[in-house]
Amino acid sequence: MKKSYQSLEVNSINNMKQVIHRKLGVNILHLSLIFILAFSTSLSAQDGDAAAGKALFNANCASCHKLDKKMTGPALRNVEARLAEEEGLDRAWLYAWIKNSAGMIKSGDAYANKIYKEYNGTAMTAFPQLSDSDIDNILAYTAEEKAAPAVTPGVVGGGDSNPSSDTASNTLILGALALLFALLAIALVLVNKTLRRFANEKGVELEAKSSRKPLWKAFVENQFLVLVTAIFFLLAAGYFVYGYFMQVGVNQGYEPVQEIHYSHRIHAGDNGIDCKYCHSSARVSKHSGIPSLNICMNCHKSIYEVAETTATEEYSKAFYDGEIKKLYAAVGWDDANQKYTGETKPVKWTRIHNLPDFAYFNHSQHVSVAGVECQTCHGPVEEMEIMYQYAPLTMGWCINCHRETNVKVKDNEYYTKIHEQLSKKYGVEELTAAQMGGLECGKCHY
Amino acid sequence: MSSNKKYWKSVEELKDSSIVETLKQNEFVNEIPTDEFLGDKETLESSSTTRRDFLKYVGFSTAAASLAACEGPVIKSIPYVVQPDSIIPGVANYYATTIADGFDFASVLVKTREGRPIKIENNNLGATDGGANARVNASVLGLYDSLRVKNPMKGDAAISWSTFTSETTQKLNALRDSGKQIVLLTQTFASPSTSKLISEFKEKYGNVNHVVYDAVSESAALDAFQAKYNERGLADYDFSLASTIVGFGADFLGDWQGGGFDTGYSQGRIPTNGKMSRHIQFESNMSLAGANADERIPLTPNQQKLALAKLHSLIVSGSTFSGSLPANIEKAVTSAANELRVAESAGVVVTGLQDVNAQTVVLEINEALSSKAFNPKKPIKTRQGNDKAVMALVADMKAGKVGAIIMSGVNPLYTLPNASDFAEGLKNTELSVAFSVKADETASVSQYIAAAPHYLESWGDVELKKGHFGLIQPTIRPLFDTKQFQDVLLLWNSNTEKYSDYVKNVWNSSILGGASFNQALHDGSFISKVSGDVVEETAEVSEDNMETPAGNAARALAASATSKGMELTLYTKTGMGDGQQANNPWLQEFPDPITRTSWDNYLTISAKDAKRLEIVNENDATGALNGSYADVTVNGTKLTVPVIIQPGQATGSVGLAFGYGRTAGLKEEMQTGKNAYALYQNFNNIQEVTVKKAAGMHEFACVQLQNTLMGRGDIIKETTLEIFNTKDKSAWNAVPMVSLNHEETPVTSPDVDLWDEFDRSVGHHFNLSIDLNACTGCGACVIACHAENNVPVVGKEEIRRSRDMHWLRIDRYYSSEETFEQDDAKKEGFSGLFGDNGSLGGFGELEAASDNPQVAFQPVMCQHCNHAPCETVCPVAATSHGRQGQNHMAYNRCVGTRYCANNCPYKVRRFNWFLYNGNDEFDYFMNDDLGRMVINPDVTVRSRGVMEKCSMCIQKTQKTILDAKRDGREIKDGEFQTACSSACSNGAMVFGDINDKNSKVAKLLKDDRMYHLLESVGTKPNVQYHTKVRNTKA
Repeated sequence: MKKSYQSLEVNSINNMKQVIHRKLGVNILHLSLIFILAFSTSLSAQDGDAAAGKALFNANCASCHKLDKKMTGPALRNVEARLAEEEGLDRAWLYAWIKNSAGMIKSGDAYANKIYKEYNGTAMTAFPQLSDSDIDNILAYTAEEKAAPAVTPGVVGGGDSNPSSDTASNTLILGALALLFALLAIALVLVNKTLRRFANEKGVELEAKSSRKPLWKAFVENQFLVLVTAIFFLLAAGYFVYGYFMQVGVNQGYEPVQEIHYSHRIHAGDNGIDCKYCHSSARVSKHSGIPSLNICMNCHKSIYEVAETTATEEYSKAFYDGEIKKLYAAVGWDDANQKYTGETKPVKWTRIHNLPDFAYFNHSQHVSVAGVECQTCHGPVEEMEIMYQYAPLTMGWCINCHRETNVKVKDNEYYTKIHEQLSKKYGVEELTAAQMGGLECGKCHY
Repeated sequence: MSSNKKYWKSVEELKDSSIVETLKQNEFVNEIPTDEFLGDKETLESSSTTRRDFLKYVGFSTAAASLAACEGPVIKSIPYVVQPDSIIPGVANYYATTIADGFDFASVLVKTREGRPIKIENNNLGATDGGANARVNASVLGLYDSLRVKNPMKGDAAISWSTFTSETTQKLNALRDSGKQIVLLTQTFASPSTSKLISEFKEKYGNVNHVVYDAVSESAALDAFQAKYNERGLADYDFSLASTIVGFGADFLGDWQGGGFDTGYSQGRIPTNGKMSRHIQFESNMSLAGANADERIPLTPNQQKLALAKLHSLIVSGSTFSGSLPANIEKAVTSAANELRVAESAGVVVTGLQDVNAQTVVLEINEALSSKAFNPKKPIKTRQGNDKAVMALVADMKAGKVGAIIMSGVNPLYTLPNASDFAEGLKNTELSVAFSVKADETASVSQYIAAAPHYLESWGDVELKKGHFGLIQPTIRPLFDTKQFQDVLLLWNSNTEKYSDYVKNVWNSSILGGASFNQALHDGSFISKVSGDVVEETAEVSEDNMETPAGNAARALAASATSKGMELTLYTKTGMGDGQQANNPWLQEFPDPITRTSWDNYLTISAKDAKRLEIVNENDATGALNGSYADVTVNGTKLTVPVIIQPGQATGSVGLAFGYGRTAGLKEEMQTGKNAYALYQNFNNIQEVTVKKAAGMHEFACVQLQNTLMGRGDIIKETTLEIFNTKDKSAWNAVPMVSLNHEETPVTSPDVDLWDEFDRSVGHHFNLSIDLNACTGCGACVIACHAENNVPVVGKEEIRRSRDMHWLRIDRYYSSEETFEQDDAKKEGFSGLFGDNGSLGGFGELEAASDNPQVAFQPVMCQHCNHAPCETVCPVAATSHGRQGQNHMAYNRCVGTRYCANNCPYKVRRFNWFLYNGNDEFDYFMNDDLGRMVINPDVTVRSRGVMEKCSMCIQKTQKTILDAKRDGREIKDGEFQTACSSACSNGAMVFGDINDKNSKVAKLLKDDRMYHLLESVGTKPNVQYHTKVRNTKA
């Protein structure tokens, strides 16, 4: 499903603000095509090309208008019909308004001023570049009937079918094997029994079982063997105990449930938002920073729902939309009236990557100076539905990387002198972080 | 068949069975005294906890504890809803502001992290010449004081600000109508905006009297200056311009006339082109200035007056002197006069005698010399108190003439000698309001406590010197429901403006002269061509009222020297000042630079007087210092104080510090010492006293128990200017030699090295240089280090056990003979064990300091040895060496064997005997959430059982490097700083990279005066010391 979506997504997805609209658009396009095919006559009343209008709408209008929802500007579904019915305004008025709304307001047009006041004195951006036919196209698009809501795919449960069938087949194979072994064992016993019977009948004296010492007794009496075994068991136990203790405090794979289900897969993966757009402190500070909620609202002020295609088998669209509502509640955004209420409720995220206090780590050193990709330490974040700790964050893990990674010295005047001297000293072209002094205790522990 | 035989168990049973019978019934004659160990029987029985419940609780709590231990803690992170533009988590912001608490005035930079101020630093753009002293550095902790007043109070009840303003306004209006006096008793604000506000307040309420009160008065100096120059202020001095400095009881390296003179002084003390200033000090207490002097003449305050009068007669023509001085003092005064005459305009004289005549005499001498260092044109404005007005006020209050008293920044019930009169007067007022950060002695008995913000939460302005202005801006939102004095004044004036706007308007209209307010706010200071014109019309004491200095002040001065008995000089300690910050554990634990004693004030007395009075100082079995108590009586006011025998204290004189003995608004641990203000009669810092030994011994917390160098001249190398100028380096700063194949080889030679030298030529190699000539021992670095590195406070008891945690200490040494040179000579002269030159008795003698010793200060921190003895003995490699010259300490690796501390020749390693963080036993700043806000997030808070020490502020050097890497540029000299080097405004500490050949510190490394501490040990430290040069005359 994802693949087909990607192939459809022709444009590069740099402008993330439009991403969801596009996906939504693609959906609507499909459905509307069906519509057109089915009821092509119903649209004949309209002039203008709805498909072209859709492209124009998405490029110019979508950041402030939705078809069915009031946003920065009013909802535009059937706007022409509505205006004609309610206000008696014709298409010419719309041409004038779209091309120069401020002029209309100034000229004292009644409805222009009414709508200007209704939207808190925010004048609509003027679009003088749109021709009348462009506007016709857009209006044609707005006049389309609302598509029937797509059937939401089955929610939880569906995802489990695959793994469970896997386990089923595994047990089946194991069961068959066990049965086979059991049959073999029975066969052997039976063969033994038959042979004995033959021997008895032929009068062959079977060697009586000599009263040999039982194996365990022999083992116990062999002190050397006991010692060796004991040592073996102790070592083995030691190995496992050591292994266990080395895991204490290592929280690799820690995947706590967060107050808001935030999906890095959608943001960093599907939408390709740069990590540092939200975690901007990583460039200049020791902390990567958990984005403040106003960063979320940069986009989510206009993205109030996810596209149908965003939903997965596990998480439905309704679920994701609910999470966006949680964000609105936290930041105090009244979506219906498009304004902040001032009642905030800061989100208590559970911190995933916890370095002990005695270890100093600086994001900017790694991100800005060394140019290390975030994924090097944090793993395939763009695929994580729920964020988890990818790296062990142990000292050995840090040190390994410092030993293997070359310092990015190019075009950095700070390194010019020291690189020249050190590369001469070590006789290498490229210096590792370790050679630069990155293994010294005091560089991270103070 | 049963037997009928009876068996007796004892003879008694046979004879008298009744006793046995009773015993059989009642085996124990007395009830078992269970109550004694179970407590009161009744409460025990009434308790609902049964044995089963008890076992249940034990079981549950054990299970809960073990369960909790199994899981890592879940850490929550709560981001801002809307992140302020200026705050990036993890990046420090700096704000320029000014401290003006009535005693300390300085332009400072405040370092904030995530919106919390965590450190005070020097503001190099500042309006003062001096830097932030130890108290200013420590003042940030006052913001997080858990005992701050959190909201306005009426008596013991918390009220709202609206109630407060409506009630007080009503009363003030009533008083205005009745015409009764309203008094504003305030600290010295030196604030143009506040002055304007107060004049507006006066206009509105009519009979208003503004009394400015300095707890430690400079009134005499102000009066003398006013009489001569018609302006209330203090002459400014720049000691860098003086070649000959003569001080009479003036601790001008301490808090004399507001302090801040040490920077200029230090500049003149570094020998350049064979020249340095010469400093002669006449004083009774051993002060910082006296300790740094080339020549110090101990004499009683009485003799100081005579000596000053004599000096006046020798310099100012037409002045005569009739009086008698001891021959040695007379000689010293004469030679000082000769030197001053030779120096002419490069000479300067200062005095700390709180006597109008003495102050006038000094002004006259400096004028006669036309001293360059003396500047009466730009007077210092930071002391404006008027003793007579305060005294008149107390009398008025007692007489019931005062209707309302509004106090701000003052604590008269603690600082007034006649506090009881004031308390009585306070009851006679109809309205008493104290603007205070704490429920201190005065605030707690006032009707209203107006909860005042800390200066780091306030707005304001200060005129430090005429034309030199500082701005105060908040660096954090008020932590509590507080309002500053000026904001409430605005409300009383029915002005709806905020004080921040008010300040801005005043500056724009009358100070800036068109310059940008934002720039001034950014710089924290502004130097204007003209002084602020906003002069408050104070009810100034009229000329007749004032004790007009006689035409011949010198004669009057000599005539006033009539004291016969012991004389007490009251002084302020570097750590505690006037006592405002008594609840600051950093300052309580700060060892006094001179006595090296913390957590106390004490009477300083000369060895001779101590012997006469049978007063002793002795060390107990652990080495801790104990001292006798003495009763000190001034005019019937008696104070029992512990005594420290102070080398250099003039015989016949004693000293006692202000600032201790606070009783209200501070934790029990901080209620140390005795209140010396009780003896501060007539605001005179010199009092005639009787001293008598009292019973008992006092336990001191003294961090340095040895007083002398024992003739080991290689610890503090010093020489005289003459030798320094004329002889080769080898004569006065020789490199120690060792024998290699019977040949003398310098220890710095690689041939005699035990270790192979590492290549340190690549990258940075940090060195810290300490100039013993420029270091005055002020201790700003000690507190700066405390703040930067999260050094815990351990308390008095632990200090007594020598468990102090200071990473940076300033050792103070006295000479045993008259000079350190003579000590060295004496030690060299020892031959054999016994006899006159025997070392057995000789070393014993060397332990005792001289009556008037030479003094030397030496800041000692980890020396970051290139061949560190500590590193080789650590069994777990917790301490190791970095390429950049720093000796690293990995706390998480340390297991606490303390081998390193044992092997350190400098004794700079500190062991955490306890967990000081969040421990009720150490109820200082690290024990509450508020106090912990001051902790530097870039430095680990160490735990119990871990060794710690100076890291050469590796967090700061690493940050500097990272900033440069991020910008892709080289690092300039001066960018690398440690907490101590940036706190040192005297230029004594210079930090930098010696691999940068052009850096200041690399040049200092090549300097002839450079030596390393205990060079003979061969540790090759990265801390340099620069030989102390004294400008002594043979």
